[in-house]
Amino acid sequence: MPLRRWWDRAEPLAGAPQVRGLGVRPEEWLQVAQDVAASGGVLLALWASCTAASGGSAGERAIYAAYLTDRGVLVAELVLPVDAAHLYPGLESIFPAAARMQRAARDLFGARSSDPDARPWLDHDRPYEFVRVDGEGVHEIAVGPVHAGIIEPGHFRFSVVGEKVLKLEERFGYAHKGLEQRFTELPILQGHRLAARVSGDSAVAYAWAYCQALEGMTGCALPPRAAWLRAVCLELERLANHLGDLGALGNDAGFAFGLTQFSRLKEDLLRATAAAFGQRYLFDVLVPGGVAVDLSAGGACALADAVWAVCAETVELRRIYDEHEGVRDRFTGTGRLAPQLAARLGVLGLAGRASGQARDVRVDLPVPPYTEVRIAKVVQHGGDVAARVAVRFEEVQESGRMLIGLLARLPGGAHAAAVGVPPDGALGVGLIEGWRGPVLVALQAGPLGAIRRCHPHDPSWQNWPALEHAIMDNIVADFPLINKSFNLAYSGVDL
Amino acid sequence: MLKALRKIASIGLISEPAPAPDELLRVRHALDATVAAVLGRALCIRHVDAGSCNGCELEIQALGNPYYNLEGHNIRFVASPRHADLLLVTGPVVRNMEMALRRVYAATPDPKLVVAVGDCGCTGGMLGECPAALGRVANVIPVDVAVPGCPPSPARILQAILTAIQG
Repeated sequence: MPLRRWWDRAEPLAGAPQVRGLGVRPEEWLQVAQDVAASGGVLLALWASCTAASGGSAGERAIYAAYLTDRGVLVAELVLPVDAAHLYPGLESIFPAAARMQRAARDLFGARSSDPDARPWLDHDRPYEFVRVDGEGVHEIAVGPVHAGIIEPGHFRFSVVGEKVLKLEERFGYAHKGLEQRFTELPILQGHRLAARVSGDSAVAYAWAYCQALEGMTGCALPPRAAWLRAVCLELERLANHLGDLGALGNDAGFAFGLTQFSRLKEDLLRATAAAFGQRYLFDVLVPGGVAVDLSAGGACALADAVWAVCAETVELRRIYDEHEGVRDRFTGTGRLAPQLAARLGVLGLAGRASGQARDVRVDLPVPPYTEVRIAKVVQHGGDVAARVAVRFEEVQESGRMLIGLLARLPGGAHAAAVGVPPDGALGVGLIEGWRGPVLVALQAGPLGAIRRCHPHDPSWQNWPALEHAIMDNIVADFPLINKSFNLAYSGVDL
Repeated sequence: MLKALRKIASIGLISEPAPAPDELLRVRHALDATVAAVLGRALCIRHVDAGSCNGCELEIQALGNPYYNLEGHNIRFVASPRHADLLLVTGPVVRNMEMALRRVYAATPDPKLVVAVGDCGCTGGMLGECPAALGRVANVIPVDVAVPGCPPSPARILQAILTAIQG
């Protein structure tokens, strides 16, 4: 087991369970990646950082890669020479998803990889050339950054022949707002508020991952009640997003009934959430040390009733979707991402599980209460829109079951504990399975309660490139449906 | 099909009455009363995300659910600024979206209205003005009504839209 030698050499890191950090030499950087890939691991995140302490020499940089392996999370750190022209070995040939992360790292920190695609990613001031498809009858359709619906900004460039898509190229960075820079201007005990706003639909997942990293660094023991309430919030967030998507997917397949019914159920759930926690989207419920809002016994009961009602109606609606020939026809075989390709691309989370990639951090690296109240991994192998719909339907039931179990047996005691300030230079890594997939937050403390560096990482980094494959040979008119079936983040990756 | 019809019948009408306009949300008064009367309440909206976190988008989408029933108020979202009477703009305006937002504004026929949505749209929010972001929507295009909140509720957003079209 070659991976083992790296794992044994690595030092435990604060935050999520089973996270280890490893400083590597330049010649080891690729070997670690190869050994992770050989053992079936995937790339979770890649980011750059300035290593210089405040007042130290500027221009000292490091590049980090976090891998999810069967042992846990391995974070490799490679310190780069000060020389600005230096190229560190790129990971694209081992983990294709690394390409855009490396381009972003160059835009933000000037760290350049040896991989061939040196086009900018987040930086829109430098010139950018799309890959052109030549041939008779090929033409381009350019869409965005402003879209026809109510969605985030991004650009899609289709090369098509007739109706058939030969190639899709995504161009993002339109929502880039300097989030990582902003983190460094906030006190570390306030950063969770910005973390919740990296991608608003995953506010709980980001806030939890941030708090997990921070609490790990300060040795704060999360009270059991706080952990349970966080899980309630996380599953409510999953449920709300899945319900919204199931409605939108029905609508994109021409079945407006689905949108009407599921948007009603989602609203019911959001109102029950607001009645219980005072917020519809739980942006500011999670705080370092616990949760800001406790749940009354009556509130827990009412919430459980609402969850039960939503889940029961979803069962009924699933039957209607399944029996509708038009919907079935549009879902089945559309936008297929074969399991083998999903494995090669390192697709994560919901989209990965719909293509046979059986990873779920809640099961693989559980934190309380997932260590006690078990949740089942939902896996499908079809890889098409139908499979991504099926995963959502089943996860609604699984999350609903878990929520009702959590709410019935909430432990007593405090809902928050005191959190200190982590020592300067401490590093923590949080990892939480949001509704899209694993959300990672790498947090490094600065002096006197400041943030030296914070990198929030969305699974959409890995999954957007997979969409470019899933659309191939489909027709342009199916793109909204296929895109919605992945429903990836823009703000979450534009940072 | 029968099951779907039975479902529709069993739920019945659940749409709630619209909130009254709120003059406190108004930033400027650009719409002539005559124009407002001609426009009536049939309104076409173009949504522009100029850099939001997508929280406001969730609440704007919720306007379409049967409780708020936006189309029941003769208000609908359109796919082109050329068809729009009103722009609903979210986010701190980020530099990479500045040109797109200016072009959407220029492409919208006069008389046009702009509603800035959310804390970020109203003030720049947690991000404010920084090298990558220009802050509030009014820093880039004229704003008629601004509705704060992180995110503002669908009812508040609807209230802001109704305020904007009141001459």
